[in-house]
Amino acid sequence: MGFLDISHVSKAYGSVQVLHEVDISVEEGEFIVLVGPSGCGKSTLMNMIAGLEPITTGDISIRGRLMNGVHPSKRNIAMVFQSYALYPNMTVAQNMTFGLEMHGVPKAERDRLLADVARLLQIDHLLERKPGHLSGGQRQRVAMGRALVRNPDVFLFDEPLSNLDAKLRVDMRTEIKKLHQKLGTTIVYVTHDQIEALTLSTRIAVMNKGYIQQLGTPKEIYDTPANLFVATFMGSPAMNILPATIKVRDGVAFAEIADAQGRLQSLQFSQKNLASWDGKEILLGIRPEAITDIDGADRKSQNIQRFSNVVTVIEPAGSDTFVTMTVSGRDVVARMRADASVAARDRFEFAVNMDKAVVFDPKTEARIPG
Amino acid sequence: MPIRTTRADLRTRLQDFIPKIVLAPSLAAILIFVYGFIVFTGYLSMTDSKMLPSFDFVGLDNYVRLFSLPAWNTALINLVIFAALYIAICTVIGLGLAILLDQKIRGEGVLRPIYLYPMALSFIVTGTAWKWFLDPGLGLENTMHLWGWTDFQFNWIKDRHMAIYTLVIAAVWQTSGFVMAMFLAGLRGIDNEILKAAQIDGASNFALYRRIVIPLLRPAFLSAFVILFHMAIKSYDLVIALTGGGPGRATELPATFMYSYTFTRNSMGIGAASAVIMLMTVAAIMIPYLYSELGAKKE
Repeated sequence: MGFLDISHVSKAYGSVQVLHEVDISVEEGEFIVLVGPSGCGKSTLMNMIAGLEPITTGDISIRGRLMNGVHPSKRNIAMVFQSYALYPNMTVAQNMTFGLEMHGVPKAERDRLLADVARLLQIDHLLERKPGHLSGGQRQRVAMGRALVRNPDVFLFDEPLSNLDAKLRVDMRTEIKKLHQKLGTTIVYVTHDQIEALTLSTRIAVMNKGYIQQLGTPKEIYDTPANLFVATFMGSPAMNILPATIKVRDGVAFAEIADAQGRLQSLQFSQKNLASWDGKEILLGIRPEAITDIDGADRKSQNIQRFSNVVTVIEPAGSDTFVTMTVSGRDVVARMRADASVAARDRFEFAVNMDKAVVFDPKTEARIPG
Repeated sequence: MPIRTTRADLRTRLQDFIPKIVLAPSLAAILIFVYGFIVFTGYLSMTDSKMLPSFDFVGLDNYVRLFSLPAWNTALINLVIFAALYIAICTVIGLGLAILLDQKIRGEGVLRPIYLYPMALSFIVTGTAWKWFLDPGLGLENTMHLWGWTDFQFNWIKDRHMAIYTLVIAAVWQTSGFVMAMFLAGLRGIDNEILKAAQIDGASNFALYRRIVIPLLRPAFLSAFVILFHMAIKSYDLVIALTGGGPGRATELPATFMYSYTFTRNSMGIGAASAVIMLMTVAAIMIPYLYSELGAKKE
């Protein structure tokens, strides 16, 4: 029994099922991120936790108290919205204390809580202003402040950074993470941005088409994605997925792939249990940073395989250089050090870290555990 | 080659001119028939024009005489009663209907045009219909008597103290659907997330409307007020159709006063003076409104 329990929760609008049997158990102090493309059901799930939408089947409980049918204001939750949803006619102070006022907290107590939170978020000097006179980042802080004064059991963040410009988004992301570390509150956070999911969370639920695709720590999600969807959705640039044939020689499995000129080359797998796949087609997944020049290869890796191929395009991106090539008819991106000496149209010797390679069954699209 | 360039140039220049050429006649018509005649009326109000315009300047004499006329003072008092009640009742009913219609009820698509429909009628039709409905010998009172409620009385339209309120009833019936549509648009414009936030904050329905929604409707209130106010001042056709200004002069408004003095009582100077006073009253409301609206946009 967790702190926030979502068990067998489904949601249907008429005959359209938008969430299928979702199960998540959140411990106290966890930072859970629900991530997925638009229409995957993540916002619907959050609205159901908040009580803004009724649950079709299943149970949601917070602190062991069943929440089905309980009014949003009686769940002891607070929510930060994408548009911030500040009341434009009220000052910052009134915005932040409105919920307390509606819950009948006396004025003196409200003022004390307001002062504490305003100091914590460094918005003391804004308290008498109207939201219309604040910048995006300040509004974001006020929206978080409004959630914090309530001292709720669970914080719900609904894409809170989407309306900020790129630089501010990174800053506020750090702010939110700091705040979580300082206060140790339980947070459920919805986003479509996989970087936010990886950086902020203690655990991620990757969602697609109303199903939880994978629930795990950022490292589990990134290194051992459960299926093709998770593999390609999480990470930027996306994981390279290429068709390969498995060849087993002396009990060791190799992936046979073709370079740009169609010449077959073999990469030895680190996985030990692929013998039954001998001669079969699989999908090989390799993260761009697992393909480097030989000097840049990960020294801790047990299994670096060499692969020679013609370079198609080079994209220097400051800290990294992205190198594109064609493997087995697909574009493959390698991420190299900025000073790697690669030239377009030349043949180049790549180092592939096969410890990090994952294998997918092309029929079920699920990862073949290794 | 040079010849082709000039031809192309001529075409571009023509294209630049076409919008101006197309707009010129309507601009000229508005300048002459709206603004020109405003100036002309202003000038007439300072002449001794009787049945026909005359150009003998008499300064502000007409204004002094205008405000000493009991008929004008009656019209002004009537306007105050009519405008205040009309604006207040229309706003309350419009807002109430809009809030009720905004509760995600079924059949909103049918109800909304029903409330809005009276606006499609001319005030002449409204006035005539209500004249029959309110006439004690034809309408409501008569019907009640026929149904057997013989001591029912509703003869405001024949009562010199109450007739002005029948104007309010008919005008409210005509316009409150329109005001409702304005408020409904305002309600629909409120960010849904704000309403969700209020729900999580635990605001009751009453607190939600009083503390958040109605303050957010401020622009709609302002627009409704300005539209209703200028309609109240302009009210002419409704009075003519419903009461004809009677009984006696009990429902005379500035607009009917202006018409009768200018065109039927051979006092064009005084009529023009009353027109200028009406224009200035409307301007006193409209100019600050436009100023604040345009100013707010610039900000």
